[in-house]
Amino acid sequence: MTALILHRIHFGFTITFHYLFPQLTMGLALLIVVLKTIALRKRDERYNQAARFWMRIFAINFLLGVVTGIPMEFQFGTNWSQFARVTGGVIGQPLAMEGVFSFFLESTFLGLFLFGEKRLSPLAHWASAFLVFVGSWISGFFIIVTNAWMQHPVAYRVLPNGAYEVTSFWGLLTNPWALIQYAHNMSGAVITGSFVMSAVGAFYVLENRFSEAGRIFLRVGVIAGLISCTTQIFPTGDIHGRYMAKHQPATVAGMEGLFHTQRGAGIVLMGQPDEEKQTIDNPLIVNNVLSFLIYGTTKAEVQGLDQVPRDQWPEPLPLLYYSYHIMAGLGTYFVLLMAISAFMLWRNQLFTTRWVLWPLMLSFPLPYIANTAGWMTAEIGRQPWVVYGLIRTSDGYSKYVSAANGLFTLLGFMGMYSVLSILFIVLVYQIIAKGPQLGASAPVSEPLTVA
Amino acid sequence: MGFIWFWLVAVMIVAYVVLDGFDIGVGILHPFIARTDEEKQLAIRSIGPVWDGNEVWLLAGGGTLYFAFPLLYASAFSGFYLALMIVLWLLIMRALGIELRMHMQVAVWRTFFDGLFFISSALLAIFYGAALANVIRGVPLGDDGYFFLPLWTNWSLGPEPGILDWYTVIGGVLALVALALHGSLYLTVKTEAALQSRSRSASIYLWFALFVLTILSLPATLAARPDGLDNYRAFPLLFAVPIIIFAALAGIFYFTRKRAERKAFTCSCVYLTMMLVGAAVALYPRLLPSSNDPGRDITIAKALSGPHTLHVGLIWWTLGMCLAAMYFVVIYRMFRGKVSLASSGYEH
Repeated sequence: MTALILHRIHFGFTITFHYLFPQLTMGLALLIVVLKTIALRKRDERYNQAARFWMRIFAINFLLGVVTGIPMEFQFGTNWSQFARVTGGVIGQPLAMEGVFSFFLESTFLGLFLFGEKRLSPLAHWASAFLVFVGSWISGFFIIVTNAWMQHPVAYRVLPNGAYEVTSFWGLLTNPWALIQYAHNMSGAVITGSFVMSAVGAFYVLENRFSEAGRIFLRVGVIAGLISCTTQIFPTGDIHGRYMAKHQPATVAGMEGLFHTQRGAGIVLMGQPDEEKQTIDNPLIVNNVLSFLIYGTTKAEVQGLDQVPRDQWPEPLPLLYYSYHIMAGLGTYFVLLMAISAFMLWRNQLFTTRWVLWPLMLSFPLPYIANTAGWMTAEIGRQPWVVYGLIRTSDGYSKYVSAANGLFTLLGFMGMYSVLSILFIVLVYQIIAKGPQLGASAPVSEPLTVA
Repeated sequence: MGFIWFWLVAVMIVAYVVLDGFDIGVGILHPFIARTDEEKQLAIRSIGPVWDGNEVWLLAGGGTLYFAFPLLYASAFSGFYLALMIVLWLLIMRALGIELRMHMQVAVWRTFFDGLFFISSALLAIFYGAALANVIRGVPLGDDGYFFLPLWTNWSLGPEPGILDWYTVIGGVLALVALALHGSLYLTVKTEAALQSRSRSASIYLWFALFVLTILSLPATLAARPDGLDNYRAFPLLFAVPIIIFAALAGIFYFTRKRAERKAFTCSCVYLTMMLVGAAVALYPRLLPSSNDPGRDITIAKALSGPHTLHVGLIWWTLGMCLAAMYFVVIYRMFRGKVSLASSGYEH
């Protein structure tokens, strides 16, 4: 394996594993605020208990997000030093701001939220939950700003020594790509949160244990799920796709498996792209739809990969194609499932309809897959550039860190993250098996540590 | 601009060492002075609500370094690749050791997480000390500003050193002892009865070790970096720094004997701060000196980001730091005083 491939896998593996946790952190943070708000407004202690239960899962999840996140900030320097060196003046800014504005906020108010229920008034306790939510969402924003600049560089100039510098701070923060991507990404995080909450709710209702809490989880989870699954496709996904078609046509052609430029291009629902023969095997195509989705008319011409020089094709192309199709396919399924569940909820039949509760319980891993696939679409789609159109990925990695050193630490991370996965599953399962304690008798305990 | 950002980054590093330093110190010491499970819980309780926030200084400092001095960030992090990756793994293990202990009801698991917390804290202290010593000694920088250091060599100084040689090992041991002392002083402030008296006697032993190491470190540093006194000679006022270091050391001893725990801990904060300031003064305006050719030193001027970046940065950095200081006041006030287990029927 070449050093380039290894450094790509190194970053790809660690960021993929890392993002399994923040997506739930950001999604749950919002849902916990919802629970706390209902508790405060209705003066209903059951919602406080529900929030407390989810906070326990949140704390473990947050811890895993923190420990897997620290390596990310340092990997720009360790594995991508040349990239870091020339772009530090631009993307070092949002990364530093994430630490300064978000991590301090999050760690402080998470501490207050977890330790302070007895010491704070209900309103102050609500406020600390709200600030944890704000902190985690600000954190997401700065990361998206960083990524968006790599996808769609704006507001920069090149200094005499070859380094990049921001020319407009607001231009960087309001990069249109960042705003669109942020909306799409956060809606995806809420999907994960609502599927996890609904799944635990469905589990309790099906088990007939803690079913009162289970119904609360289902109610909040399904409503939040329906809203977020819908916004994920329209408007955020739709706008994102069009904007991408305008600025990264090669990426869109690769995602759709469109090898040849076409008028009235069809959309490939299924099929396996053959890079050599430049065809789709076993295709299932709906005519004209792609043109319509991008340009709003069935006759429009969509640029194919044939208009892109071969050395600028995204690679690995098939992985880009599959990532996108898995994301889009799952996204469609999410809307269907949540629409049916919400309908049943409205008809007051959800809690007794086992054929809906079962898929709700089993579907919680799917948003993780969809969010991962979405990010793979964005990141593989950007290839062969690390900063789109400006710096090639092959010019960005640390030349003095050999492939063997990269492999050594990659294996180390894989081993360590396997252990983390097992610990996480055991601990969260413990919490779920123990269940929430609804009712006034449950003690408000003060933990020793954050998680 | 370069001068300002040099010291702003230094402030963040100092904040990290002083704050995370005491929870690392608690990690190093707790197997020796906390004997029962309850005492171990107390030791962890004393840092439980704050350690995570303390560690944020590392991330915020790292991010600030990245954007203010991209070349330094890129060169140092890729050059110390293996050591840095080990530090990252240690940070992960340490967090698990602190946080997951109480989730396990089985004694064997608790012992395991205690061990994890101890080993990772001790090794982190050693690595941090060795890292600082590496920066003071210098690294074999290439013409392009990069280098790659093996973990160990023949243990001697020279133009082609390794991450661990006799000088950096002294740095590592010094950091281990200094942070252990910092932690024992913190525990003396936060605990009572048997745990407190054991922390206090640990402080005394550690103090003697630190005193010897501090004296040893001065000639060692001059051997590793013969021009280390140039800035001091140019501005003799700076000799106040070593004087304050020794005054702080004396203060730690005096106040520990007088049972003025808070003052002793404050002196330890001053000691750590001034040790770092002393190193920064010796290096300025270099960020990472070269061990083979002074012309290749990474200096502030070479590594500094563009002017617009830094001007805007100054605004949000100041704002962000004011907010962060506020948060720290809130959380430390809320958890001030001695820790006890009585108020917290812990369950999970």
